Amino acid sequence: MAKLNMVKALNLALLQEMERDEDVVVIGEDVGVDGGVFRVTEDLHRKFGGKRVIDSPLAESAIIGTSVGMALYGLKPVCEIQFSGFAFQCFHQIENHAARYRMRTQGRFHCQMVVRMPYGGGVRALEHHSESEEQFYAHIPGLKMVIPSGPRNARGLLVGALRDPDPVIFFEHKALYHAAKEDVPDEIEALPLGRADVVRHGRDLTIIAYGAMVRVAREAADTLASEDGAECEVIDLLTVSPLDRETIVASVQKTGRALVVHEAPKSFGPGAEIAASIVEGAFLSLEAPIRRVTAYDVPFVGFARERATVPDVGRVLAAARETLAY
Amino acid sequence: MPRTPLEPRFTVEYLSILDSDGNLDSALEPDLSASELKRLYRAMLLGRRLDERMVRLQRQGRIGTFAPIKGQEASQLGSVCTLRPTDWMVPSFRETAAMLWRGWPIEKLLMTFAGQLEGTQPAPDQHDLPITIPVATQLPHAVGLAYAAQYRGDDVVVMAYFGDGATSEGDFHEALNFAGVWHVPVVFVCQNNQWAISVPLKKQTHSRTIAQKALAYGLPGLQVDGNDVLAVYAASKEAVDRAREGGGPTLIECVTYRLGVHTTADDPTKYRSEEEVREWERKDPLTRFVEYLRKKNLLEEGLEQQVDAEIAAAVKRFEAMAPPDVLTMFDHAYAEKPPELLAQRDELAGRLRGPDDAGSAPEPPSSPPMRGQRKTSRWQN
Repeated sequence: MAKLNMVKALNLALLQEMERDEDVVVIGEDVGVDGGVFRVTEDLHRKFGGKRVIDSPLAESAIIGTSVGMALYGLKPVCEIQFSGFAFQCFHQIENHAARYRMRTQGRFHCQMVVRMPYGGGVRALEHHSESEEQFYAHIPGLKMVIPSGPRNARGLLVGALRDPDPVIFFEHKALYHAAKEDVPDEIEALPLGRADVVRHGRDLTIIAYGAMVRVAREAADTLASEDGAECEVIDLLTVSPLDRETIVASVQKTGRALVVHEAPKSFGPGAEIAASIVEGAFLSLEAPIRRVTAYDVPFVGFARERATVPDVGRVLAAARETLAY
Repeated sequence: MPRTPLEPRFTVEYLSILDSDGNLDSALEPDLSASELKRLYRAMLLGRRLDERMVRLQRQGRIGTFAPIKGQEASQLGSVCTLRPTDWMVPSFRETAAMLWRGWPIEKLLMTFAGQLEGTQPAPDQHDLPITIPVATQLPHAVGLAYAAQYRGDDVVVMAYFGDGATSEGDFHEALNFAGVWHVPVVFVCQNNQWAISVPLKKQTHSRTIAQKALAYGLPGLQVDGNDVLAVYAASKEAVDRAREGGGPTLIECVTYRLGVHTTADDPTKYRSEEEVREWERKDPLTRFVEYLRKKNLLEEGLEQQVDAEIAAAVKRFEAMAPPDVLTMFDHAYAEKPPELLAQRDELAGRLRGPDDAGSAPEPPSSPPMRGQRKTSRWQN
């Protein structure tokens, strides 16, 4: 057991899986000698060499495209896209090929690969370095979309993703990389994909969040408990897609009220799918309209204005109080 | 300081062995046995006859949109025949002849163009990718396959196909660049058929050749007469042997011509002249190869009938197949179906059973006729 931040926890997952399975290779820009711009792949190049930890030329499409080829051959590539904002240059390789090869070949081939991407705001970064684009991947059949919220589940989910036979988009929130340390067991821990975690139990309101928004949701829930006497249930999705509807619906059947928090823009975002799932599964339990607290539907605003659009505790509190009072 | 020329100076070669008038450069003539030559010709003929048959099947509404290869048989077969079964072949969507050579059954090709995913499923022991439709996107896959083979120490060469239009795509350049940096065993075969639908080569690139694009990535590039199966064979053999011996990737530009339509939904009279097509018909890859074989006394009697019978039997088997089970659409989205997908499958299964839970499946709605199909007047243009 060691106290690790999310960077070190992710690094541990890669290290242990690479020791266990020779088919796991790492590829991306600056992932080798430099250890990645966020140091998630630190030391792997030294331990496993340049054939397994590949400093690729600077081209997102070929990073994913060649990884698709490696996966078709039977390797298990872990690709790093340096910032999720650059992934549109490889979006076609993800959508047209990684997600579809199993279907296209009726199971003859599949792409066991993980595409890691740092995402999210709050780090005073330039355009294309702060966005939250999970909705694009969550919408694609054949893909899985995973977003951890802390060091321990980041490690477990990355191991789970590496062992999952389907292609996984793995978002890592930049603001979480160094935000906290948690106890992470020394022995390999794999979390199954597709399962949400109820991180706070309550009977009055269900708050659904993932990634960096889990902390925001929990803080709001603590305030509501102490100031309003309301007990919120907080669900950390962990896997955005496939969505764990069962856990969400069971919670809302109990609380009758739901609030979704995400950093992606509102319209057509994950909140819409979650709200629809609640209506389909818990309509008769609902006591109030389902609320969404999300970024506004505007393109990148620049970090000078970012705090006004990324959901914070105050916005969640206000929406929660309206929902509770409805 | 004066400007100084850098060494090495680069050159791009053009290779022709058997020209359209039947002249043979016997010094360059490849060492192919009588049976190899006969097998090559049979494959070219099968490619041609199946192609013509598939266009007719599309016109009759018996398969969907099809991309014919007519005129490109030498480019495909002269190259693909240099691969071993353990090597990998990565096609675009206009490689019917190469796919036949690699063992794809005619039925599967028909199924592919009849919209059935079973058609794009390679056999368990087959080292081919299925057709790829988004232009040039398959090229990085070829590089990744070659990287993986090299990583595992396998004796494998990868051959990837694409057209002249693909060389304008970023994935083409990224694939050549990665292949060069990684020094992996890939042979890139460009079938420069002069037309990307309606856009001629001169609007596609300002380069004198496509082959020279290899030089920018540190790879050898060679232009060959793509209608000369001997030249394509010689160039491909050299490139495949080099790749196998650790010499890295090569780009081969086969200068050829699409004698037919881009796809059955296309009308080439809008953008190119009859004269141009006739000019290229004179350079038909089959005609000159037939003459070459005739001089060697290697032409077989009744070969056309044999090939046509093979095609007819396959069409018969294809049309006798039961329609695909629609419920299997859920089977290969993921390794394991997520709960929502199971629910969607149940919903469709219920709909297929009908309201009384006992009736047979409702008739599927008939699809609207496609452009180019003869059945309708509404869609003709």
